[in-house]
Amino acid sequence: MNMMHVRATVNGDAVEFVCDPRETMLDVLRDRLALTGAKEGCGTGDCGACSITVDGAVVCGCLMLAAEAEGAEIGTVEGISEGGELHALQENFLKHAALQCGICTPGILVAAKALLEENPDPTDTEIRYWLAGNLCRCTGYDKIVRAVSDAAAEMRENG
Amino acid sequence: MDYIAPESIEDAAARAASAPGVVRILAGGTDVLVQLRSGFVEPDLVVDIKRIPGMKDVTAENGGWRIGAAVSGRELGAHSGVAGDWPGVVEALELIGSTQIQARATLVGNLCNASPAADSVPALIAAGATVSIRGPGGSREVPVAEIGTGPGRTSLERGEIITSVFLPERGAGGGDAYLRFIPRTEMDIAVVGCGVNLRIADGRIVDSRVVLGAVAPTAVEVEEAAAILNGSALEEDVLDALARASSAICRPIDDKRGTVEYRTRVAGVLARRAARTAYERARGSR
Amino acid sequence: MMALDETTAREFKVVGTRPVRPDGVDKVTGRARFGADAYAPGMLHGAVLRSPHAHARIVRIDASAAEAMPEVKAIVTQADFAEGLSGENRNVLENIMAGERALYDGHAVAAVAATTAFAARDALKRIEVEYEVLPHVTDVDEAMKEDAPVVRDGAADASVPDGMHPNVVRYHENGHGDVEAGFATADLVIEERFRTEAAHQGYIEPHACLAQLGPDGKGELWCCTQGHFVAGKICASLLGIDASQLRVTASEIGGGFGGKTTVFIEPVALALSRKANRPVKIVMSRAEVFRATGPTSSASMDVRIGMKKDGTITAGEGVFRLQGGAFPGAPMEFSAMCAFAPYDLENVRCIGWDVICNRPKQAAYRAPGSPMGAFAVESVIDELCNRLGLDPIEVRLKNAAREGTRAAFGPRYPRIGLVETLEAARAHAHYSAPLEPGQGRGVSCGFWFNHAGETAVSLALAEDGTVSLSVGTPDIGGSRASMCQMAAEALGISYDKIRTTVADTATLGYNDVSHGSRVTYASGLATIKAAEDTVDKLCARAAAEWGIDRDAVVWEDGHARPAGPNAGEFEPVSLARIASRMGRTGGPIVGHFEATPEGAGVSFATHLVDAEVDPETGATKVVRYTVVQDAGKAIHPSYVEGQFQGGAAQGIGWALNEEYIYGEDGRLQNPGFLDYRIPVASDLPMIDTVIVEVPNPGHPYGVRGVGETSICPPLAAIANAVSNAAGVRLCELPMSPPRILKALDAEADG
Repeated sequence: MNMMHVRATVNGDAVEFVCDPRETMLDVLRDRLALTGAKEGCGTGDCGACSITVDGAVVCGCLMLAAEAEGAEIGTVEGISEGGELHALQENFLKHAALQCGICTPGILVAAKALLEENPDPTDTEIRYWLAGNLCRCTGYDKIVRAVSDAAAEMRENG
Repeated sequence: MDYIAPESIEDAAARAASAPGVVRILAGGTDVLVQLRSGFVEPDLVVDIKRIPGMKDVTAENGGWRIGAAVSGRELGAHSGVAGDWPGVVEALELIGSTQIQARATLVGNLCNASPAADSVPALIAAGATVSIRGPGGSREVPVAEIGTGPGRTSLERGEIITSVFLPERGAGGGDAYLRFIPRTEMDIAVVGCGVNLRIADGRIVDSRVVLGAVAPTAVEVEEAAAILNGSALEEDVLDALARASSAICRPIDDKRGTVEYRTRVAGVLARRAARTAYERARGSR
Repeated sequence: MMALDETTAREFKVVGTRPVRPDGVDKVTGRARFGADAYAPGMLHGAVLRSPHAHARIVRIDASAAEAMPEVKAIVTQADFAEGLSGENRNVLENIMAGERALYDGHAVAAVAATTAFAARDALKRIEVEYEVLPHVTDVDEAMKEDAPVVRDGAADASVPDGMHPNVVRYHENGHGDVEAGFATADLVIEERFRTEAAHQGYIEPHACLAQLGPDGKGELWCCTQGHFVAGKICASLLGIDASQLRVTASEIGGGFGGKTTVFIEPVALALSRKANRPVKIVMSRAEVFRATGPTSSASMDVRIGMKKDGTITAGEGVFRLQGGAFPGAPMEFSAMCAFAPYDLENVRCIGWDVICNRPKQAAYRAPGSPMGAFAVESVIDELCNRLGLDPIEVRLKNAAREGTRAAFGPRYPRIGLVETLEAARAHAHYSAPLEPGQGRGVSCGFWFNHAGETAVSLALAEDGTVSLSVGTPDIGGSRASMCQMAAEALGISYDKIRTTVADTATLGYNDVSHGSRVTYASGLATIKAAEDTVDKLCARAAAEWGIDRDAVVWEDGHARPAGPNAGEFEPVSLARIASRMGRTGGPIVGHFEATPEGAGVSFATHLVDAEVDPETGATKVVRYTVVQDAGKAIHPSYVEGQFQGGAAQGIGWALNEEYIYGEDGRLQNPGFLDYRIPVASDLPMIDTVIVEVPNPGHPYGVRGVGETSICPPLAAIANAVSNAAGVRLCELPMSPPRILKALDAEADG
């Protein structure tokens, strides 16, 4: 088999892997790099549970070939908290009970973090449209929107 | 399956032309990956064009804009020049999918996927956009309207790769708009889409083009629209006539996304609404 | 917002607060392990071959080309499962792996295990199946017609009257009084036919499992399930192995809503593993989830209600025809029992028909059967209110069931909270807020029984005074937090001294599934009882130390104390202190409780919705939503609100856009999240909640359970709002834009 050899950075760490060219970035993160935080909910880019960042932009890990990652900087939910401290988004998701089953949570956190990096003071409507590609079946999104909004406010205060 | 990421367009075109079996060009991959994963298409070769110089560039050209084949919706939306001149085209691309999809989806991918419901295609045709094609036989520039030939089918020859889209000079008094109908607020494929591009002088329309999506095997131009709109200031009876003409050319299908009856009716509603927006934009333009 | 009932007497310290859930950090850091997150050395990847036909005889399966692939290690068909099964086990086997006939698009016919997922998928293409395509039927009304294709002969039970089509497999009726006499005294009688399409639970996590079964008949199964004990029991039967030899561990579960209360791929993975003698992992694709797991039933219903000018309902009648796929089990009896449950009626009669079709076997979905019934009945009540010029909440209050009311389904109600939800809805600012042009308001009530079920809990003390609580009900939405709260309350210690674990099937007694809104009620009750059992043992240790009678010791605030001056003068001793010495005072202290509690409390909700309809496109926007529901007692109010909001959101999807769409060929047209349109964040408004607390006398803290009632009113509430906005009654779900536009046209044509 014509396996590919790829070098990339994941959550700041240099990684190297060999993969089938048909494997997606999500497959490699989960099955080869033991990073199972990103989930596969649909495999077609419709649910966002596999959200990761590639060179700063949020993408669906299921819609990217792992071979494309050569030289890229990948970010996953496992990289959100730094130095043992939870990120303000994580803290607020817990405080607001913004998760029930928790399967969509990793993808939503990755997407929400990218939103706040781009727009530190989003309206509720902006939060809802930014997260429209992250399906949650449990919460009705109410507490998720509140958690993102409160995290943004906290982050603005703490500069 | 093999994956290659050539660093020149010559190399890419040569490899795509000479490879046996099924070849797929990969830029954003938001359609290709879905087809690949579902087993709908099993390519023997995937040619990733993102490492080719120029594919990610947006450059001014002859008063218009040349947009590289790998420029994403997110990148195009952030380009104030293109978004200022052609808001309808940019909106149409930005309507596709989620934040995640926007980071990868491209105009050219949307065009080559050849879905009758592709959002950006009616807006591009209305804008009079062309594409640059690089193939084994050299390069050619072709109107967007000539690319899609039916659901999933294009006029591209084997080994031909679209390298960029060209949006012409906006010109004074111009405005464009694209609207689509979907049952949800996001994440759906258009049930009906409508792109309108027009120019006004002294408050009257002097030039116009109306193109519908998802109502026929390819995007279709409402040929009568220019006769109806030109010379008018978009009065109520003109909009009624436009709506009727738009509904009249629909040849849609009944499917999981909508009925023939519904699509035909809503095509008129969208034409009316998109024309209003394009007209307001034209009035507000420099 | 909390509307507290005056009967809430007890003061709580931990119950009713909002602590961070114990599994929270795992779930916001990506550490939590869900169904597909398990791997094993030597693991193979399983894949399932599925029928492309709605109905076909399987003439021949030739797997020789697949078997020849070096990567393929096992192939199974129905022949690899236990023989001679009967009853529901037979149906489950037939559903997870077809025998002589494929009964629906997506029905499993064979499965392979290979060294990679790609190889497994390639192998499926090399299995040749010869089908003889048979006529099919996917619509409930069509399936009852005389000339309908027979889905499965002999599936009907004795309840079905003579002369019905073989596709009609069960019959039910309930009610009391004389409905015809009741209709005769009405000032207005409205009769209407309603239809709802099948909806899928739409959990974001596809089914996934990792199985290991050796030739010695000993096995391990890891899977995402709402009930690992039940999954284990069914798998053991289907594989023909001893139940106790199969240890099942529940992974974290990425949503279930009833859809993960049975098995699909788990027995298949075990069969493949047994054949290959290696661990096998199967993860469903999203398309498989839609095509071959259990959506809810679709329904066709006729409802007739009579009302006096003053709003008194004189009689109600309903016929509920539900199809639940190719096997018996459509919850038509629950539609029939729940539809009129909120009302005190002298005359009521309901009939249910269970019909089989060429569709996947239905599974539970949040209050199975109740939302459809409520849609029909509450729509007719709304129409009666409109035509008689009456306020919809006043009419519902006038007819509301109360303590002592004879329910439409038979028994008399104990203390219930319907009136309180209606009064809170009437008092809510939402109800008096003005509407914009083009908007309409809808009101609906809803009812669900709530369930208890078999339950076992164990609570062990550690030497440092902390507590390990083992429950057997998977945590589907924060139940570890409420268990810790109830244990903390009962023991008198702090919340963070307790860790709740979902124990595997080898370490705890049998537990029913996490369904029926039963977890906080039943596992909660068992947790409190296990804590009380522990307290009893703690008091006994103190009594022994003090040399007094056990009865002379009481437990207060986490301390054993002498019951009174007569018991003697002793310093109170804490749980931690007793625990630290337990090795020397009699050994480990473990409390436990196992029972099938009887005392689940029924619950009611009232929902308010404002919707806006675009008359040119038929598009609907939900602009405001308020849920008012009786929780009995909210242990963790945030997760109670979350259940209210989630039920409402799922109801919005079901009402407006979600549906199973079958083509002429009987194939499912929309097996993906692209065209099975569940609400996205930008579709919904904030969902306001009011927790009413009318304690359930059958639970020590008053819990009723909240997960299911919240999806009972939305279909009707939204239909009423849309109908009032559009000026035309919508009787078919989903109220998709084409349907709304068509109804508007029909109305305009007169």
